Amino acid sequence: MSDFSVTAASRPQKWIAGILVIGYALITILPLLWIIATGFKSPSDAIAYPPKIVFEPTLEGYVNLFTTRTRQTAEFLAENPPQTWYEAIVAKYDMTIVGPSRFGERFMNSVIIGFGSTFLSVFLGTLAAYAFSRFRIPLKDDLMFFILSTRMMPPIAVAIPIFLMFRSLGLSDTHAGMIMLYTAVNLSLSVWLLKGFIDEIPREYEEAALIDGYTRFQAFTKVVLPQAATGIASTAIFCLIFAWNEYAFAVLLTSGTAQTAPPFIPTIIGVGGQDWPAVAAGATIFLLPVVVFTILLRKHLLRGITFGAVRK
Amino acid sequence: MAEVTLHNITKRFGATTALDGVSMTVPDGSFVVLLGPTGAGKTTTLRLISGLDRPESGEIAIGGRPVADLTPAQRNVAMVFQQYSLYPHMTVRENLAFPLKSPILRTPADEIDRRIGRVAEMLQISHKLDNKATALSGGEMQRVSIGRALVRDPQVFLMDEPLSSLDAKLRSDLRVELKSIQQEARATFLYVTHDQVEAMTMASHVGVLEKGRLVQFGTPREVYEDPVSIHAAGRLGLPRINIVPADLFGPAPEGVEWIGLRPEQIRQGEGPQAEVVRVEHLGDQTRLHLSFRNHDLVTVTDAHTELRAGQMLSIRPENPFYFDASGARTHRGR
Repeated sequence: MSDFSVTAASRPQKWIAGILVIGYALITILPLLWIIATGFKSPSDAIAYPPKIVFEPTLEGYVNLFTTRTRQTAEFLAENPPQTWYEAIVAKYDMTIVGPSRFGERFMNSVIIGFGSTFLSVFLGTLAAYAFSRFRIPLKDDLMFFILSTRMMPPIAVAIPIFLMFRSLGLSDTHAGMIMLYTAVNLSLSVWLLKGFIDEIPREYEEAALIDGYTRFQAFTKVVLPQAATGIASTAIFCLIFAWNEYAFAVLLTSGTAQTAPPFIPTIIGVGGQDWPAVAAGATIFLLPVVVFTILLRKHLLRGITFGAVRK
Repeated sequence: MAEVTLHNITKRFGATTALDGVSMTVPDGSFVVLLGPTGAGKTTTLRLISGLDRPESGEIAIGGRPVADLTPAQRNVAMVFQQYSLYPHMTVRENLAFPLKSPILRTPADEIDRRIGRVAEMLQISHKLDNKATALSGGEMQRVSIGRALVRDPQVFLMDEPLSSLDAKLRSDLRVELKSIQQEARATFLYVTHDQVEAMTMASHVGVLEKGRLVQFGTPREVYEDPVSIHAAGRLGLPRINIVPADLFGPAPEGVEWIGLRPEQIRQGEGPQAEVVRVEHLGDQTRLHLSFRNHDLVTVTDAHTELRAGQMLSIRPENPFYFDASGARTHRGR
């Protein structure tokens, strides 16, 4: 009889809720669909107004993304007919392919730096979070606050000192430098998130393992880590998303060897006019790793599977 | 198996003193039950022996060897926690195998199978071995938890109210089972319980703790028949001992403030009249709730008694326990 009593939703309520959820999902996913669609459009379709919902798909954007091309005379093209489907696509614009673009390298840089810093953030974060959760540490609360305080302003606010430090340490435009930077930024998030998860794992499990004949480190790896899998997976996803999408530091600190995809993709636009399909193709491919990583770790994100074997 | 000795152990948690100068010897092959109210220091005692906590002062020795510098693993003790702490990411079988696979024991696989099979049968969990630990009922979890201790051959078994969450039938089965395991293996048990039946039937020795102090240590019979204080007397005996003012039945010896009457210390059919307030037929016995000069007394009578509420019954104390104002027993050995 209370105002807050929980009752089963009626059929119309379910319908309305369903429509709202689907509507919201469509609105949020629309820009994504737009980008994916644009990647398969021809340059003229991409800028057509009103926008074309139905269009003839082409891989032009992807071919342009992965290649560098040069304009040729009609005679040259007549003498050297295209040998492959992708050469045929560029030949339509009186061009030939002269080599691969730098997108592949930049994408690999993103993979190395993104996953490298994610691994380090989660690895160091788990150890630190365990220590903060379980041991008596002098000034523990102050240290936790200090760690959090590194996130109280946008990381880019310290861009100038970091730029100077990187220059004098020779870290500019290196993979190691970018991995360290992203790890440093992510570590506070990782320690805080993981401490919350580890706090929830009852100490009794470790105590039982200690008595069962294991050292504290073995208890940590055999008992705590498997149960922290949920927290580790979700922390890893957050860390990866940050490192993967980071733009400002990447523009500032990388230019060649270690440049990641985010600062590279916009530069595609300058090659041979405004090539929106190539940019969209780059963005689509760029999205894939995070989506795949999230799907792979999805089952760990479902909480509650490991809890409930301790009587509280 | 080994003897465990505690010498003058003190343990504090912040401002509270959990154990205050406790000395005790758990003889090799004995079954020692610790009794006492919540907060008396029973669980703390087990945790100090296991090495999960360290005492502020005092010495603990297992098998004659001081253990202050040993980790829980090195002490080779098995412990059953009050909160059954099964590893939730493992199956029942993996839980039972976990201590045997430890770097200290490194038991061969066929030996692990043999031991798990034996323990699982004894605890009636053979059909659950391949279940996830989280897919068990509370009672099953507790049995696996006991099993995880019993698969080993430790120096000493430490058990913290292991049977308290089980139903009555299983509890009495396991009570007998644990006792016979202990006797067969000549194992040393230190066992915490609130259950008087467990204490009386399983214990070779009973230790009574009160506010961090060991107030009495002896056989269950000694503690029952010759308690040192009101507190110790109240730990054993069902129905509980009746504590009434010393002069309730007439003049009392010098310095005696209270008398304690167990049911068998209340002679029926003689003496002054008490009113029967309630009659509880328990089958094998009948409990009488009496009112005597505005004091409530509980005693036991014949299973087939004709007494009914409202009737009068004459009663007389017989060899009561005498206690002084502080609750300490006086006139012992009378």
